[in-house]
Amino acid sequence: MSVATADTTSAADGPRGRKPRRTLSRRNIILYGTLFVVAVYYLLPLYVMVVTSLKGMPEIRLGHIFAPPVEITFQPWVKAWAEACTGLNCDGLSRGFWNSVRITVPSVILSIAIASVNGYALANWRFKGAEVFFTILIVGAFIPYQVMLYPIVIILREIGLYGTLTGLVLVHSIFGMPILTLLFRNYFASLPEELFKAARVDGAGFWGIYLRIMLPMSLPIFVVAVIIQITGIWNDFLFGVVYTKPDLYPMTVQLNNIVNSVQGVKEYNVNMAATLLTGLVPLLVYFVSGKLFVRGIAAGAVKG
Amino acid sequence: MRSQSERPNPLFRNLNAKIASIPMVLTALVVFVGGTAWTVLYSFTNSKLLPRWKFVGLDQYERLWSTPRWLVSIENLFIYGALSLVFSFVIGFLLAAMLDRKIRFEDTFRTIFLYPFALSFIVTGLVWQWLLNPDFGVQHVVRSLGWESFTFNPLYDRELVIYGILIAALWQGTGLIMCLMLAGLRSIDEDIWKAARVDGIPVWKTYLFIVIPMLRPVFVTTLVIIASAIVKVYDLVVAQTGGGPGHASEVPAKYVYDYMFLGQNLGQGFAASTMMLLSVVIVIVPWAYLEFGRRGRR
Amino acid sequence: MNLTVPSSASVSVQGLSLDFGAVSVLKSLNLDIADGEFVVLLGPSGCGKSTLLNCIAGLLDISDGRIFIKGKNVTWQEPAERGIGMVFQSYALYPQMTVEKNLSFGLRVAGTPKDEIARRIARAAEILQIEPLLQRKPAALSGGQRQRVAIGRALVRDVDVFLFDEPLSNLDAKLRSELRVEIKLLHRKLKNTMIYVTHDQIEAMTLADRIAVMRGGVIQQFDAPPVIYNRPVNRFVAGFLGSPGMNFLEGRLEDGKGGWHFAADGISIPLSTYGFERNPVAGSAAFGIRPEHVALNSGEDWPFSMTATVEVVEPMGSDTLVWLLVAGQKFSVRVGAERAPAAGETVTIGFDPMRASLFDGEAGKRI
Repeated sequence: MSVATADTTSAADGPRGRKPRRTLSRRNIILYGTLFVVAVYYLLPLYVMVVTSLKGMPEIRLGHIFAPPVEITFQPWVKAWAEACTGLNCDGLSRGFWNSVRITVPSVILSIAIASVNGYALANWRFKGAEVFFTILIVGAFIPYQVMLYPIVIILREIGLYGTLTGLVLVHSIFGMPILTLLFRNYFASLPEELFKAARVDGAGFWGIYLRIMLPMSLPIFVVAVIIQITGIWNDFLFGVVYTKPDLYPMTVQLNNIVNSVQGVKEYNVNMAATLLTGLVPLLVYFVSGKLFVRGIAAGAVKG
Repeated sequence: MRSQSERPNPLFRNLNAKIASIPMVLTALVVFVGGTAWTVLYSFTNSKLLPRWKFVGLDQYERLWSTPRWLVSIENLFIYGALSLVFSFVIGFLLAAMLDRKIRFEDTFRTIFLYPFALSFIVTGLVWQWLLNPDFGVQHVVRSLGWESFTFNPLYDRELVIYGILIAALWQGTGLIMCLMLAGLRSIDEDIWKAARVDGIPVWKTYLFIVIPMLRPVFVTTLVIIASAIVKVYDLVVAQTGGGPGHASEVPAKYVYDYMFLGQNLGQGFAASTMMLLSVVIVIVPWAYLEFGRRGRR
Repeated sequence: MNLTVPSSASVSVQGLSLDFGAVSVLKSLNLDIADGEFVVLLGPSGCGKSTLLNCIAGLLDISDGRIFIKGKNVTWQEPAERGIGMVFQSYALYPQMTVEKNLSFGLRVAGTPKDEIARRIARAAEILQIEPLLQRKPAALSGGQRQRVAIGRALVRDVDVFLFDEPLSNLDAKLRSELRVEIKLLHRKLKNTMIYVTHDQIEAMTLADRIAVMRGGVIQQFDAPPVIYNRPVNRFVAGFLGSPGMNFLEGRLEDGKGGWHFAADGISIPLSTYGFERNPVAGSAAFGIRPEHVALNSGEDWPFSMTATVEVVEPMGSDTLVWLLVAGQKFSVRVGAERAPAAGETVTIGFDPMRASLFDGEAGKRI
């Protein structure tokens, strides 16, 4: 009996059952270690912005940028919002914030409305020449904006919109068109074509199919488009500075003018509070939208 | 007995679709084609404060290429472009490969690496201006730790300023490259990894000899995206250095803006922007050719 | 050229051509479909059968020709004005609408009064037995239920012509045969004209009054199923229908002392019982005969018989396919499972050339 047992043991001596998991393998330490260090590096600027904006100027002069605030003050935020001076006025970022809202909201709506109808026409109602215009549009997305800046100034001046918010909204709609049209065209083309055919047999026309069949099916892609456009338009600087007047400057321009204005003593805490305030809207969009943002940038990347 | 209905005018077929496409057609023809052609044409004039149709041949280009500020801009663009291309590719790919190793907290890491991309170049430039501030930033911190002679002051050093901008740009943009690469890695058939494991090929070799060659299309797309973004770089410089010290961190896009809207020398602006267009064409045309060829083969 | 529309025709296609750029997809097709007829367009993928259906529906703009529905020229009319209903392969149900809204969408677009809509939906739901499903969304339906709703959408519109575009292809084999029977019953009940596209020959054989076999944008043969099966006009039609497929022997048509016969590598098949379509001419030809028309070890006297060695035996359940070499060419015979020989055995085969099809060597046309 005992002999038999010994035999069995020796035969079954090899590995059996669940493989022991080594969570702290060398590979894992290197992998997670690297990722952690990189993550800290990426988070550092955000951290520095936050702590700097919560310190008083004396504390900034004494300490260093990574030190957490000893005495938390919200004064810099208040000042950045309401009192900070650009070269021209001293009513802080609030003016720029509201300008940006007044620019972004109509731009997002108008550009998405145009581009979604465009994409739908391209995907489902192919007509002669449509692809040519679409190709020009996509190639246009890669052309440096600088080449088109001045002709647009002329066009806007001719139609009396140069220096107005409406003009800037128009510009954003134009330059948002390539990427959004591509986004919507690809999405509508991915919907089953038979659905479109069925609606035509049912007698629905161009607008009927768009509004009653396509729109209700396309919520996710509209969300993606809204994300691309809010971040893109809110973060724009070039068009804002070229096509509007100082009292209509969007937040980014206002921010740059506050921080980089040469007058007076530099108030780093106010500057960082202002910078954070300007970044808050896109950051909020980013953290709320999560995976949809990732999907959006994969498409929006073309925008550069 | 015939009840033939009239063949409708082809112009009016799908009329609604055509009406709906008017904004696209106008944008494509008037703004993109028309605007570009207009700028290129007027780059051959001596327009100053206002565009004026007085042909001067290549005068503007000759002046452009003999202006030190433009030459610095071009040099900067090359340094910045080459380095940002290399580093975004390498960092972006390494981060993506690490995230692709079926790790825990992948979403958290990805969120952290990508958030700077949501921020504007203005915000990015200002933060890094503050971080690289010699009196309070990184240099100050290291010195206060006891290393008194430590020098890291790129933004006020003519030779180094472009690298200071590069650091900020990489922080902002590598998350995007990582995401594109990650999407590419995820599109690779899981069976490839299984086959490599069965064959006993080490992970790094699998990446080098199997995965990277398979990612070629993703790399090409990424290359085009990075390249066209490099040429456009403008706001970052404006926010971080304002082109300084002196003209040491000037870039072509800024040159164009300054001459068009501040310097009242439209002709120079047009010529400079035409050069930018040319550089993009050099990058885009081979790519479009490849894309087009690939579609033809399908 | 004043073409008249056949008065009994429900759908008439005249000289219809469709080009995509330089590619000609449909080549001058003519098709007359009688009122109440069930016509199946059959062919391999890419033969243009779905394209033809889409042209009839008005979903594709044709390059040339005319289309009449109920004697009315609808060539340039919108799909909704043609008096057609269409059922799609993917069902194409609007995902955000309930079954009821799906059924009523076309009527609502046309501005039909509410009580009329309700009446028609009730009728369609009753015919198709989908009353309990009316308030569900398509995502909550099974494949078979979805296809019923899709048929219902055509039904409520009270149209003259039903168009089916491979409606059963997305269903599994069992459901497919069930719905096949239902469609046949529906046709008997409604007596509408139906045009049905499929690549499945069983659907075609079971459903159709007439089958139009298509290939390369051309209708090869348009006739009743038994004619198509037994007297195919060319080698393509002969090979496309039937599973397992027809046997073809390559050889020559010769006029000898015993009259016309087919000769191939050591065998000679007398054709005295074969019904020639046209006057035979000596030359290369193909001799086709279906596996079920060949007898194996029957002991009877056939106009042609020979011995051969069994190569492979494929049991298929109800019967067995026996593969042999005849004149050095592959040849199959279908026998009852209980009479299947073993591989290597020598057997006698026999058949009557009356049931065969002869095709000329060049164009593959029936002789």
